[in-house]
Amino acid sequence: MPYQIIVCGGLAPDPLQTLEPVSSPAGPALKNEMMLPAVFDPWAGHALYEAAHLAKQHPGSSIKVVSLAPKAKLQQVMMTIAQKLPFELVPLDGPGGGFTDAASIAAVLADAIAAIPGLDKSQVLLFGGWESATRGAGTVMQMVGEKLGITEQFLAVDELTIDADGALVIKERVEGGQHQVSRCTAPPAVLAWATGNLSEPANHPQTGMANMRAMMPALQKAKPASLTSALTFADVSLPAVTRQTRIVKDVPAAEIAREIAEWIKQ
Amino acid sequence: MEKILVLLHTAADGGLPPAALETLGVAQSLGAAWDLAVLGANAAAAAQSISSGAGKTLAVEGDAFSQSRYSTDAAAAAALIQASGAQIVLAPGTMRFNRALPGVAARLNGAADTHIVAVDPSLNVHRWFYRQRMEGTLTRSTRPWVLLIEPGSNPAATTAAGAPAELLSVPVETRTQVTGFQSPAADQQTIRPGASLLFVAGAGWTKKQKDGATHTGEAGEIILGFVQKTQSSLGSSKSLVDLSGEGQAVLPFLTHLHQVGQTGSTPRHRKGLATCCHGEEPHVVGWRFINERRAINLDPACGWSRGKADVLYVADAFEVMRALAPLL
Repeated sequence: MPYQIIVCGGLAPDPLQTLEPVSSPAGPALKNEMMLPAVFDPWAGHALYEAAHLAKQHPGSSIKVVSLAPKAKLQQVMMTIAQKLPFELVPLDGPGGGFTDAASIAAVLADAIAAIPGLDKSQVLLFGGWESATRGAGTVMQMVGEKLGITEQFLAVDELTIDADGALVIKERVEGGQHQVSRCTAPPAVLAWATGNLSEPANHPQTGMANMRAMMPALQKAKPASLTSALTFADVSLPAVTRQTRIVKDVPAAEIAREIAEWIKQ
Repeated sequence: MEKILVLLHTAADGGLPPAALETLGVAQSLGAAWDLAVLGANAAAAAQSISSGAGKTLAVEGDAFSQSRYSTDAAAAAALIQASGAQIVLAPGTMRFNRALPGVAARLNGAADTHIVAVDPSLNVHRWFYRQRMEGTLTRSTRPWVLLIEPGSNPAATTAAGAPAELLSVPVETRTQVTGFQSPAADQQTIRPGASLLFVAGAGWTKKQKDGATHTGEAGEIILGFVQKTQSSLGSSKSLVDLSGEGQAVLPFLTHLHQVGQTGSTPRHRKGLATCCHGEEPHVVGWRFINERRAINLDPACGWSRGKADVLYVADAFEVMRALAPLL
């Protein structure tokens, strides 16, 4: 059975960048936010790689990535992501970042997905990361699913297999380092991915060029997303640094081991 | 202050998880009137066991609700919130409720916020952003507002039994069956919420050592031996997990489930010991809730030396861990 796989994914600042909150007229923001290099949100990335893996196994499947971010940044990031696997981009031009309202983001994404031409809900698998690296709330995918009327939802998914009957067999992370295994008879379903088990695909320039031919016009025509926010921030700050690191060097391993053993037993 | 609904679920054995009592503790600390609602196996009895002080006490139970599953949990939670009429909902941020309640909030035209570590009587809530790299205090005007309280961040309530629960009948429709659980093998420990120590193995364990060869077999024995003796949580850095995903001969027992940091977990433990790990920011954001931190690394200028650990031992982790084993 072919699937219409829709991957929701935003952008996040490159994790190696130093982040500093500042106040802006629109609320909290990051210092030099537009200058910070961005990456495709890591957990959404895992969802995308799993989507590609699934689509390969089920001929006729399609992948659409719905992404809400500042258009210029999205274009930069897509230059890399587009080289990894074939997909179609549904861009939405709007602010990203951690201080936006998840409920409003979900409403905009759901509207964009509902407007995709030829959407057949009986084939839809709605993928995304279980949390973002920005807001880190883990709420958007469930809200999008709910707004689209999809009530089979899975959070922190690490594995999806399709059994002989076409049912989805899903492993979700639960407490205590366990996986809960569920069987869902058929799509539509929402799968908010944890890391999955796939590594990042290698870049493939030809795929990138083919993808970008369709993405560039889509980016140029990207609709501005009208976001609202019911949030009022009292403050946003960096956590206070309280540690003074004691560096122990030129000490025999046995002595270090004794010190660590005592510390563990305390 | 607005009335609160304390919305809880039972565990598979019918008891209330610790996070449930922590959430009740938060509600009691706010000094407002509160209702209690419980869903899951044996929910009515669980609700009555802690309902002293509650206004309404409500429950949804039955076979369909004993499984942790979006469709049934969302239906039950929505019915309980509507039956209470409270516009502020406090719930524990367990995986079960993290999955179900944001969607319930959307169904009721409300909003949900997760990973809440503190709430004050003016409904200012405190949570982290950018994977624990900054903290913020906020409130919102949307109602109903579901607040998922981060487990382990608040003390548990002192409880007493009270009025029996009113059982609601909730129609459900689902295409999903929970078929079971998979745990790592007994010798393949991952993150254990109850452990007092987090042990992190970094990519250095798989690199060439002083003799110019790799010793991944011995590294595995040392790591697993330490974890078993100390009953600690076993975590890893992304780089080491990725190496195994790329098919390199590394530590076969480390998977993405062990990953701590930006794309991994953020566990809560009293102590943490990092070995052969550079302490780069994307990994260390996962250490935000580790109180006492020590690291063993050959590089005195690694990330841990820059205020991220309390003590950095500049030493060969193989030698230190070999010497440590007989002392435990």
